[in-house]
Formats: sequence, structure tokens, C-alpha cells
Amino acid sequence: MAGTGFLTTLSRGFERRLPLIVVSPLFALSLFFVYGFIAWTVWISFTKSGVMPVYDLSGLAQYERLWTTPRWYVALKNLFIFSSLFIGISMALGIVLAILLDQRIRVEGVIRTIYLYPMALSFIVTGTAWKWILNPGLGIEKLVRDWGFPDFTFDWLVNPDYAIYTIVIAGVWQSSGYAMALFLAGLRSVDDEVLKAAAIDGAGAWRTYTRIVLPSMRPVFLSVVIILAHLAIKSFDLVVALTGGGPGYATDMPATFMYAFAFQRSELGMAAASAVMMLATICAIIVPYLYSELRGARR
Amino acid sequence: MFRYMTFAPLVAAAGLALGAPARAEGTVEVLHWWTSGGEAKAVGELKQSFEAAGGTWIDSPIAGGGGDAAMTALRARVVAGNPPTAVQLKGPGIQEWAELGALADVEGVAAAEGWDGVLPPVLAAIMKSDGRYVAAPVNIHRVDWIWANPEVLARAGIDTMPTTWDEFNAAADKLIAAGITPLAHGGQPWQDATIFENVVLGVGGAEFYRAALVNLDPEALTSPTMVAAFDQLRKMRGYVDANFSGRDWNLATAMVMNGEAAFQIMGDWAKGEFLAAGKVPGKDFVCAPTPGGGFVLNADSFTFFKVSGEDNIAGQQKLASLIMSPEFQKTFNLAKGSIPARTDVPLDEFDDCAKLSHADLLKATEADTLVPSMAHEMAISRSVRGEFLDLVTEFFNSDMSSEDAAQRLADAVKRAM
Repeated sequence: MAGTGFLTTLSRGFERRLPLIVVSPLFALSLFFVYGFIAWTVWISFTKSGVMPVYDLSGLAQYERLWTTPRWYVALKNLFIFSSLFIGISMALGIVLAILLDQRIRVEGVIRTIYLYPMALSFIVTGTAWKWILNPGLGIEKLVRDWGFPDFTFDWLVNPDYAIYTIVIAGVWQSSGYAMALFLAGLRSVDDEVLKAAAIDGAGAWRTYTRIVLPSMRPVFLSVVIILAHLAIKSFDLVVALTGGGPGYATDMPATFMYAFAFQRSELGMAAASAVMMLATICAIIVPYLYSELRGARR
Repeated sequence: MFRYMTFAPLVAAAGLALGAPARAEGTVEVLHWWTSGGEAKAVGELKQSFEAAGGTWIDSPIAGGGGDAAMTALRARVVAGNPPTAVQLKGPGIQEWAELGALADVEGVAAAEGWDGVLPPVLAAIMKSDGRYVAAPVNIHRVDWIWANPEVLARAGIDTMPTTWDEFNAAADKLIAAGITPLAHGGQPWQDATIFENVVLGVGGAEFYRAALVNLDPEALTSPTMVAAFDQLRKMRGYVDANFSGRDWNLATAMVMNGEAAFQIMGDWAKGEFLAAGKVPGKDFVCAPTPGGGFVLNADSFTFFKVSGEDNIAGQQKLASLIMSPEFQKTFNLAKGSIPARTDVPLDEFDDCAKLSHADLLKATEADTLVPSMAHEMAISRSVRGEFLDLVTEFFNSDMSSEDAAQRLADAVKRAM
């Protein structure tokens, strides 16, 4: 009897711990491969690693060098320009398209699919297609000139001052349909009763949208911002396909900067320093957000 | 990288299985990124020669990123303690690995075959670490070439190739007046740097080139000569067409071929494009050195890594000997469009541009005007070269003044050292 009791206790203990046992390999793997390598990268950023990693600490030398490198400032400025325009324009276009689609029009399904399709393409395809469209010798500029406007100029792609905006154009083209779909879902979820009440009270369409519908969609705005922001920060493939970081390094982003230093220049230390700066930037945005979310959940 | 590490034991096992019967003959595993066209054909010649001599060849081609992917794989292999026998690796990159103690020397073969006597001293120095050969060069590419379309030049009334940058500017102005793009160029950092180093050589001479681009002397970098070189580079910016940004070098070569542009400044791999299109040197296109009376050297080489096992070491020695054999140097370079690294190989089967290159190489060695290429990773480490490329390409794509450019170049070099 005593033996059975022991076995029961054992199996009960096992049952209780089963979830832990099942989850722990995955947990260990992610601990090692995500946080372990983050720690490794931070360590490397404090060393003078070149072609191969070395582990002797040498202080903040790599960071000092990073913050005196003009190319790093170009990359940061580009990230700021690109993400603010990309997120802003995609959201504005998305909400306008969603409101227009929400007017109970006839072939809504077809139109929605057309707007949503660019999202199904990879950024590499988008970048390559827009590279040809925007190339002055092949695309829009040549087309309009051939139509009989020989002075028409649209050379943003090869103009260092404007090339970053071509990336915005391609990114917006790709993502505004997706923003539209999310907003449309939000619009549809607004309670009909509220809308009817507003109509009875004599509120016009503009007033209904700005005062009732849009404020009630706050959670949707938040999701759209988060999805677009992470697309903007990891924008690597779009830049590589569309401009290759050029002309010169005019469209460099932190991600392409890091790639260039790690894999083309054999400067692991400097690349690690820039990666840590990117991580710090993301933490600065995410941590306050998580903090407020978690606090809200506890309340 | 990950894929590589997974397959490495398999490859090694296959090598053992295949290598076992031919134990005394030697086995090599060669890591390279010559995977396209003439390059793949050229490395195929090496494989055939090695197998004809009874060895076992394990091919490890890793394409992508102009060798970046291969370097990543190499790093993983060395860290794992399983380096390939020989790696396509050049310039100061060889010294970086030598300092890490990862290389094996082939001094025995080199001394027995007298490599010192047949290689240009500048090139031999790059192949050595601590005075012992750790790499073997397969070819010499000349970087300071101007390629031209004679028919287009004739249309603008130009009958000789320019021998000074002033003459070049005069010719380019004439071409612009005739409505022809003077310079076919692709706006990629390494192409900008290729023009830049040729301009530095032409404006400052070999002595200055060495001080500024090889020894990185801060005084030379900020000197009036460097400012003058940037002035000339600014002029060149005016000679390219509006659509140059990001263009690949072979498309620029095609512009010269099709008569859309008159000149291209590019290494002699451009010749391969002309020859592949059935053009005849001297008739359909002409080659001439850029002004400066020097020779900008670019050479591919195989670097030997520390391997263990009798069979692998025997294969390494055999490969070194084979790479430097006159027959291989001839067949390889006929396929790749360069000239042999050995200066004693007869060039009867080569074209006129290659013969000119060879003659100028001997002359430049004699006159001490042979300089290693900065743009093609022969002169300085990849990190400093990166700073040069950033600055030159920013200068080429902006309205930065020449004085600022020279000062910022010196600052950037100081940062990277």
C-alpha cells in the first residue's frame, strides 16, 4: 500500500511538472539562441574584434568610433525619415481607403483584394519592381518624356537627397493596403446601435467619423502602429533591392550599416556596437509600452 | 553558415572515403566564389589539372556578395577547427589570417621552385608572412586601363588615346560637344574607388600613391596633391551620364561596346566582356593605360590554411606547385582574361592588351612604379578600404569640396586604424 501511495505521489508530481518539462527545452533553446547571443553581441561590442571575434575587453572604443562615423548619422537620419513617413502615410492612406470602402459599395470584395495584394509580395520583389519603375532611363521619367514632355524630370532614385523617399514610396505601396484591411475590420466592429443613435441625433458623416467611430478604434490604431513600426525598423531587404544603400550610402539604414561592417568589412566589433545601439533604440520604445500594458492588465 | 557547418562532416567523410585509395596523391578542399562564366571555367582548369596529377579535389564554391558569404563560411570553419586546404583570399586579408595563426606555409615548394625569381617583388611580398610564402597567386589583373570605342572617338575628332588627365579632359569636352557621353561608369562604391585610385596615380605619381593609399601617411592624405586628385575626380563626375547610379560594371562596358559612351576606366576583366561579344582589340575597341605611367596591380591568389593529416598536407603542397606551374598559369589566364602572375610565361597565345599589360608590368617593376590596388583589396585592410570607399563615393555623389574631402578622408583613416 505504501508503495502505491508513493507511486501515486510520484505520478501526480510528474503530472504537475509535465508542462514545465515539455516547455523547458524550448525555453532553454530560446534562452541560449536569443538572449545568449544578445549577451555575446554586447560583449563583442566592447572588444576590438576584426575578422574573427576576440574576447579581450577594450572599453567603449567601438562606440566612440561609431558615434564619430558620418555614415552612422546618415543611417539614423534615414531610419527616422523613413519610419515617420512610412508609418504616417500608410496609416493615412489606409484609413481613407477603409472609410471609402465602408460605404457599402458594390464590388468591395474585388477592390479589397486588389489593395491587399501588394502585402503578399516580398519586399525584394517590391523593391526590384520599383527600381525599374523609378529608374530615370527605363521607368516613369522615360515614359513621360516619350509622351512629349522632354523636360520632365523624376530622378529621385539616383538623387542622393531624395533617394530615401523612393523607399518610402515603395514601402507605402506595399503596406497601406494592409493598414486598410485592419482599419476596415475596426470600422465594421463599431456598434450599429451607436451609429443609428448618432444619425437620429442629426450628426453628419464627418462628425460621426471624427467624434465617434475613430476614437472607438484606438486599439486598432495601436496594432497598426506596432506592425508598421517593426516593418520600418527591420527594413533591410527593401533597401537592398531598391537602392542597394545608394547612391553612395545615401539610403543606408542601421540594419544595412551593420551588415556592411560585419560581413563586408570584417569589423565585428563595430558591427556589434551598432547592433547594440539598435537594440537600445527598440528597448526605449518597447519597454515603456510593455510597462504601461502590464500595469493596465494588473488593474 | 549554418548549412555549412551541418554538411562539413559529410563532406569530410566523403573526402576520406574517396581519398583513401589515392592516399599518397593528396586531397585538397578548395573554398572559392568563382561560380559564374569565365571564372567558373578558369577554376575548372585548376580542378582538371589537379585531378590529372592524381589528386582528389573537393570543390567548395560559395557564391554571393562578392565573397562575403564565403568569408562567413570560412570564419565558421576556422572556429570549428576544420579549415579548407586552400581559400580564394587576397591582399592584406592574407596577413589578417596569418596574424591569427591560421595559415600554413608552402615555403618548401616555393624555395625549390624559385618563386622569388619569377614573381614581381611587390606581389611576392603580399603572398608572404614572416618571409615565408603562405599563398600562391594565380593571375595579375591590371586596374589602370582606359577602354575606348575608336569609332565613337573618331566621330568627335579624337585620334589618340589621352596620356595625361588634361588630355583626357580635353577629349571628354569634345565628346560632350559632339553629344556623346564621355565616360561609361557604374555608381557603385568599388567602381568609384577604381576611378579614384587611377586618378591619384595619374595626378600624384607612384611615389605619392604609395604614401597616400598604401602607407596611409596623414600628410599625403591632406596634401595639395590629394586635393588636386579630388578636383580631377569632380571633373570626371561631369563626364558620366545622368543614369549611372548603381549600374553594374559590365553594363557600363556594354555602353562603350554599343557606342553609347566613349571611355570606360576599369580593370582588364572588362576585356572579357569585349572578347565574349566577339570584338577585336585594336579594331572594335582599344585599350590604353590611364595617365600616370604606373601599373595598378590586382591579383587573385589561393591562401593555404593549416590542415592536419598527411594526405591533406601532401595535397596542399601539390596544389601550390600546380598553381605556380607555367602551363597552369597560361591556361587559367587565357580563360579568365588576366595575365600570368609568373613573369616568365610566354604570351604568344594572348591578345594584344594582355601583351601590353605584361610589357608594362616589367617596365613598372623596373622603374618601381608598380603599386597595389586600394579599391581591389590589395593595399590596405578591409576596414580602412571601407572608409576610403565611403568617402570617395560620398564625394562622387555630393557637392563636397576637394579640401573637405581630403580632410575627412584623413580623419576617417585615423578612426579606422
